[in-house]
Formats: sequence, C-alpha cells, structure tokens
Amino acid sequence: MSDILYEVENLNVTFPGRGGETRAVRDASFVLGRERLAIVGESGSGKSTTGRALMGLLPPMAKKSASKMNFAGMDVRGYRDADWQKLRGTRISMVMQDPKYSLNPVKTVGWQIEEAYRLHKKCTSAEAKKRALDMLNEVQIRNPEIVYQQYPHQLSGGMGQRVMIAAMLISEPDLLIADEPTSALDVTVQNQVLRIMDRLVRDRGMGLIFISHNLTVVSSFCDRVLVMYGGKIVEELKASDLRNAKHPYTKALVASAPVLGETGQKLATVKRDPAWLT
Amino acid sequence: MSSPSLRQWLETDTPVSRGQALAGRFWRGFMGVVGNPTALIGLIIVLVLVLMAAFAPLLTFGHDPLAQNLSERLAFFGSKHWLGTDTLGRDLYARIVYGARVTLTIVLLVSVVVTPIGLAVGTVSGLMGGVVDTILMRITDIFLSFPRLVLALAFAAALGPGIENAVIAISLTAWPPYARIARAEAATIARSDFIAAVTLQGASTWRILIKHIVPLCMSSVIVRLTLDMAGIIVTAAGLGFLGLGAKPPTPEWGAMLSGGQGVVLDQWWVATVPGAAIFIVCLGFNLLGDGLRDVFDPKSS
Amino acid sequence: MTQLESSPNQFSAQDGRTLAFARRTSLFILTLLITFLGLTAVTFSIGRFVPVDPVLAIVGDHASKATYDATRLAIGLDKPVPVQYLIYLKKVLAGDFGESVMTSKPVLDDILTFFPATIELSTVGILLGVFLGVPAGVIAGATRDRWPDQLVRVISLFGYSVPVFWLGLVGLALFYGKLGWVAGTGRLDVGYDDIVTPQTGIMLIDAAVQGEWDVWWNAVSHLILPGAILGYFSLAYIARMTRSFMIEQLSQEYITAARVKGRSYWGAVWRHAFPNIMVPLITVIGLSYATLLEGSVLTETVFSWPGLGLYITRSLFNADMNAVLGGTIAVGVAYIGVNAVCDALYQIFDPRLRAP
Repeated sequence: MSDILYEVENLNVTFPGRGGETRAVRDASFVLGRERLAIVGESGSGKSTTGRALMGLLPPMAKKSASKMNFAGMDVRGYRDADWQKLRGTRISMVMQDPKYSLNPVKTVGWQIEEAYRLHKKCTSAEAKKRALDMLNEVQIRNPEIVYQQYPHQLSGGMGQRVMIAAMLISEPDLLIADEPTSALDVTVQNQVLRIMDRLVRDRGMGLIFISHNLTVVSSFCDRVLVMYGGKIVEELKASDLRNAKHPYTKALVASAPVLGETGQKLATVKRDPAWLT
Repeated sequence: MSSPSLRQWLETDTPVSRGQALAGRFWRGFMGVVGNPTALIGLIIVLVLVLMAAFAPLLTFGHDPLAQNLSERLAFFGSKHWLGTDTLGRDLYARIVYGARVTLTIVLLVSVVVTPIGLAVGTVSGLMGGVVDTILMRITDIFLSFPRLVLALAFAAALGPGIENAVIAISLTAWPPYARIARAEAATIARSDFIAAVTLQGASTWRILIKHIVPLCMSSVIVRLTLDMAGIIVTAAGLGFLGLGAKPPTPEWGAMLSGGQGVVLDQWWVATVPGAAIFIVCLGFNLLGDGLRDVFDPKSS
Repeated sequence: MTQLESSPNQFSAQDGRTLAFARRTSLFILTLLITFLGLTAVTFSIGRFVPVDPVLAIVGDHASKATYDATRLAIGLDKPVPVQYLIYLKKVLAGDFGESVMTSKPVLDDILTFFPATIELSTVGILLGVFLGVPAGVIAGATRDRWPDQLVRVISLFGYSVPVFWLGLVGLALFYGKLGWVAGTGRLDVGYDDIVTPQTGIMLIDAAVQGEWDVWWNAVSHLILPGAILGYFSLAYIARMTRSFMIEQLSQEYITAARVKGRSYWGAVWRHAFPNIMVPLITVIGLSYATLLEGSVLTETVFSWPGLGLYITRSLFNADMNAVLGGTIAVGVAYIGVNAVCDALYQIFDPRLRAP
C-alpha cells in the first residue's frame, strides 16, 4: 500500500464558452498521501472542477491537460470512461453537496447504498444487503432495517448525507473526495456528519480531499490546506499554520472569519487584487 | 459624445421610456430568432404566408381561384397551371394562394378571441387568489379536459359551415392553456414588491392588471400562441375537410384536400398540394415557436 | 434519530395519512363528475344551437298548429332551460341518446357497435407510439445534439406538423395505390365481411378466437397503414416528451452520483434516469391515446374505417344531430376517462406522493 495516492502536476481545465474559453483550473499541482487535504476557495475558484477532474467526471466539452496525473501510481491522463469506471466507486469515491439532489428519488435507500458494491464485487443480494446494513450502522443510523426500505424524500438532511457517505464508502475506496459535504446542512447536523466522516476516514486509513468554502470547518478537520483563487492554487500550507498565512488572499480569508467571544469586531472583507489572477 | 446608434438604443440595459423597453424586447426577440437557423426558416415561412394572403391578387397574376374550366380539369403541373388543376378545372396555385387568406384569417381571429379570454381569466385568478382562484381554475381545468377536435366539430356541425362558426368552435376549447399560463405568471408577479408598491400608491385592481401584470404575461402567451398555431391550423383544416369551415367555393386548404380525395390514386397532386401547404405552414409556426421559446423562456426548452 | 412527536390531538399519524388520502381521492372523483356534467352541459347547449326547429324536425313542415303545440309540449320545450337540461341529463345517464336518422337504431346501440373498431385502431397506434417512441426519446435525450438526437428531433417535428388525415391520404395513394403493399380502405376486403361474428368487436381478437386465420391476415393488412400512420403521429409526441424528460433528469446530481459509483453513462441513463421518467410518461401516453381516440373522426374518414369517428362524420353529413351529439359524448367520455385514469395512476405510482 503506497502512501502517495494522487500526484498532480500542472492540471489545466478549460471550458469553451460564448466569449471565448474560460480557464477553470490553471496549473494546479499537489501531492496527496493518506492524509486530509482541504481545497478552499470561493464560488468559481475552480475547486469543484478540480475534484471532478480527479475522477474523470468533467463534462464532455471540457478540455483537460496535465503534465502529470498519477493515481496510486497509474497514469490516468489518457483514461477513457471505461477505464475510469474501474476506479470510480471502488478506489475513488465522492460525497456530494446536497442529498436532496444527489440521491435518486425513485430508488430505495438500500438499493442506492448497495449499488457501488454490486457493481464492483460479485455477491449475492443477501451479502449486499448485509453490507448495506453494516454501513448504515457505521454512519450511526438507528433502525437501519427501516431506513433500508425508505425513499430519499423520507429522510432528513443529515440522514440523507449519512446515507450518501454509506453509499460511497461501502466498497472501501482509498480516496474520498468530499465536495462541500456539509454546506447544505444545518450547523448542528454538520458537526455530527463531520465526526462520522472523521472516524470512517481514520479507521480505514483513507485519503480525503475536502472541498469547501468554509475555512473554519476546514481548519479543524484537515491536515493541509490548498487555497484556490481564480483557478490557481495561491497557497499551500498546514491547517495548523493558517494564522501564519503568507498570501494576501489567504490572510483576508482567515481575517474575515469572526471569532466567538470577541466583541466590537469589524467584519473584514477581501480586497481583491487583480494581480492574484496572473 | 456622439448620439447613440439605433442598435445601441435598442440594446441598452437601461431603457428610459416604456417604448424603448418594449422596442428593446422586440429587437432581442427578433435577433434571437434570426440567429437561430431553424427559427429563421420558420419566420420566413410565416412571412411568406402573410405576404401570400396580403398580395394574393398580385401573386396569382389575375388567375381567378374560382374560375372553373372543365376541359382542363385534373391537369398535372405545367406552364399554364403551375400546380395543376382540381376536379373542376380550377387553378390549384391560385387556390392555394387565396387559401392562405382563409388560413390566416382563422388563425388571427382565434388568437384575437382566445388571448383576451385567457388573459382575463388567468390574471384575475392569479392576482386574486383564494376562492376566486380555485373556482376559475377548476372551470379552466374542466374545459382543459374536453376533447378539442370533437367538440369543435359538434359546434361547427350545429352552427353550420362558415369561417365565423369555425372560429367560435375552435376558440371555445382553445383558451384554457392561456388562462393557465397567465395565472401562473400572474401569481408569481402578484407577490413581487413592485406590485405591493403600486398597490400602496393607490392603484386599483383594474389598473394593476392592465398596466402591470398583463404586459408581463405577454411573452409567454405569445410563445404559446405561436406553438399552438399549428394545432389551430390543422383543426381548422380538419373542419374544412369535413365540409365545415369556409363555405364553398371559397378556397380553403382542408376543403381542397377533401375534394382531392376521390382522385387521390391517379391524380395525387390535387390532394397532396393543399396538404403540403398545410404541412409547410405548420412546420413554419412550430419552428418559429420553438425559436421564440428559446429566446424568451429557455429553461422550459 | 427521527422520533415521531407525540401528537397533541387524538389522531395518530396513520390516521392523518389515511384522511389525506381519502380527501385527495374524493376531490379527484368530484372533479371527474363535474367534468362529465360539464360535457353534458356543452352537448346540451350545442343541441340548442341547431338552427333547425326540433319540433319541425319531428312533425314535418305541414303539420297543423295543434299538432305542433302538442309535440312541443311533449318534448318539453315549454319548460325553462335548466329543467330541460335536467331532463336531458337523466336521459343521457340512462343511455338514451335518441335515435339515429341514418341507421334508425338507438344511438347507444350504434355507439356500442362502432366503438370497438376505433379502440382497435387507436390501440395499435399507441402501442407503436410507445414501443418506438419511448426508446427513441431516451436515446435522443441521452445523446443530446449528436446525430441520433437530431434524427429523432426531425422525425418528431415532421410528425406533429403534418395533418394526420393528409398523411393518411398520401399513404393510401402511395402504399396501396402505387405500391400495392397494403390493403385499401375499410377494415376487411369485401367478401370477408360476414365470416366472423362480432364478440368483442375487435377483429384481431374475434378472428383469432374463432380460428378464421384468412380473415385475420386480411384484417392485419387493412390495419397496417392506418395503424402505422397513427403510430407515427403518436411516436412524434411521445418521443419529444420523453426526450425532454430525459434531458431534465440527466442534468440532475444523482446521475453524477451514479457515475461516481462506477456506473457507465448508459447504465446511468437506463437504470437511474429512465425509472424517474416512467411515471410522468404515463400521463403523456394517456394524452396521446386520448388524442388518437378523438382524432378518429378524421383518420377514419380517410380510411373508411367503420369506427365511431366515421359514424360521427357520416351523421354530420346527414344532419343527424342525435347521432353527432351522442357520439361526441361517447368520445368525450373516453377522452376524459383515459386522461383521468392516467392522472390517478400518476398519483399512485409517484413514490414522492406516497404516504410516508
């Protein structure tokens, strides 16, 4: 089991558009081990696109190039969809933002959790069901037998997201990409979901890429942070080191998070410097 | 600073008069259609229809669509009769061109009848809400569940042939979708702040409806109307096919089709030509309607 | 996690759900009844519009005033309009649509004789429309803007721009007149007419059940062309709606989630997106079927197909208003009924609307 999960060098993603091309991701480079890496940025910074690119899930019109893109030692740059299907769900997985939309409304919870398992492993339906129920237990859903038969619209937001996590981790992937996994949840539920993710990732020794716009959540949850702006990675640092950030954008982000307990704070905003886009 | 060109005036984001805003929307619609090749074809077809109807005498070079010439009956396409002649020796080309008048008349009359009714029912329903809304929409739903063709047929059968009767018959079952659209739009708009503002300024319900809500519903209604035209034309042609609709010997495409039924095996063009005219016009309205919908309401396409 | 709160009132959650279901169902049935009543009101009004004096139609032009007045009383024309409507309604509910001038039989009998032929033709059409149109729409939606999509869109566009009765005429001229591939107008060739005794009224079933295979094949050869044309008409609409539904579903997040799990694109199309459109498709298919039924007035005229549509148009030519209105009610009931059934099925099958 190698420790380097993903090596990316000079990843570029461009979308054609009416007024010319948009460079969504520019020259992104990083190395991911069995650790928790956060990609932080605002809307349009390219963080979600990077996540999708890492799984080969870009829309067909997107153009992707990289000088290096190795997952677990395999060069995935030329991979076609059939090749990616062998990795997706079983070695790389993704938890998406809103379970209201990312769960299929007409399929039962149980069916959706088992899906990745049945796609990649030969098993009987009884085995698959048992694994699904085990996963429901692991994400701390009480009454797994009942929830197994329910439909997504019967679940609350927190339950839905936990079902998503169960569905995505059932085949024991090496890498989990979490694309804004708590952004659609109430604050009280967020912590619960994060704790479950924390335990599962740690227990299985997985790598985690946590994409978010929320620096506060990320700083306590992840080991390292990549800050993205306008498609570029403007800074890379340890989560514990955020106070000592060097890039002005990162500093502004850190400063704009209000601190509990201090009174009389002026809300800081980010003064954008066009130089950051070059 | 030099005065802005006409194009800039039309495309500005900040119109200063109602007229300018209206002209700007029309311009954007026009450009949207022109930029879309299939929609453009549709527009051209519709324009040709209008021109044919307007300039029929000119376009037929004086050929009388009603003139019978039994010695030349059932002639094939030729230099004397471009599209041949029918069972009574009448020139098909002339009858097609004059038939455009009937088609256009029916389409226009139905639109003129159906739009106010639909708008009236829909906007009142959407603005008032509550019991009025429920009742009006139930009535609309009931009319919406009726079979349009068969009822139009029964109406026209009872009232007798004639364009006015055909128009009434078609309109009676064609208005519900417009009431629905108008109501949906009105209900959304009615909750917006500017309506609240205008109400606070003392505007009467009538004024709110006419000056504010109705204009905002118009684009959806126009798109729907264009898309429905094909159906109206086919229904009207169907009525003509069965002998209802325009009174003979007025040339009407559906009736012409019926006339050619008996000789369709040997002189196929007598029935095919009017049918092709109906088809092309319907195609035109459908293409134009799709194009307009892409411009004004892209999320529903 | 989710504990059911203890309700303050005496209804349990289960009771609440049953109550909601009962409310919805009764509202549905009530609306349906009012719609049928509306239909009868419309046909009643149409009957009143006829410029011919109904009394004269019965007694003739040369009757004395006494006879005229007596007949007028007997029909009930002296009573106020709402009462006349109620009398009419009673008759309709009892199945009394009057007598047909054309056939001299009660209109109801005529309707029962002719309706099965219309159902036979429309059913063939809708089966073609569904089994060809749905896959075409799915493929078009899934290969958006590539050639399969363009092809389906063109075929569809032509299908709903062309008048069905013209297509029928052209088809007859071409496939029967010039090519001789199919049989001509009517349901059977003359000579096969009285071999099979009508049981269900549907020739394909009756002939097969009675073992008359010559008749069966003849029936098929007559059914092919009108059935194919109605099928094309139905296909155009169904494919277009299916495509539209598919495009909407394929842009949803759960499709990406399926691919994240390792599903191929087409796997996601058929196993995720398609099940989500099946329920809305029910209403689409229902509407198409209902449209075929009511459009029979034109198609049957072209093909001389002995169904309810031809009955209505022939009655029209004979100014037989009883038959026209009776037929209209029959077609109207079928049209409204099919749509209502499909709406109900939609309510039953949508998992989001099922009681939790």
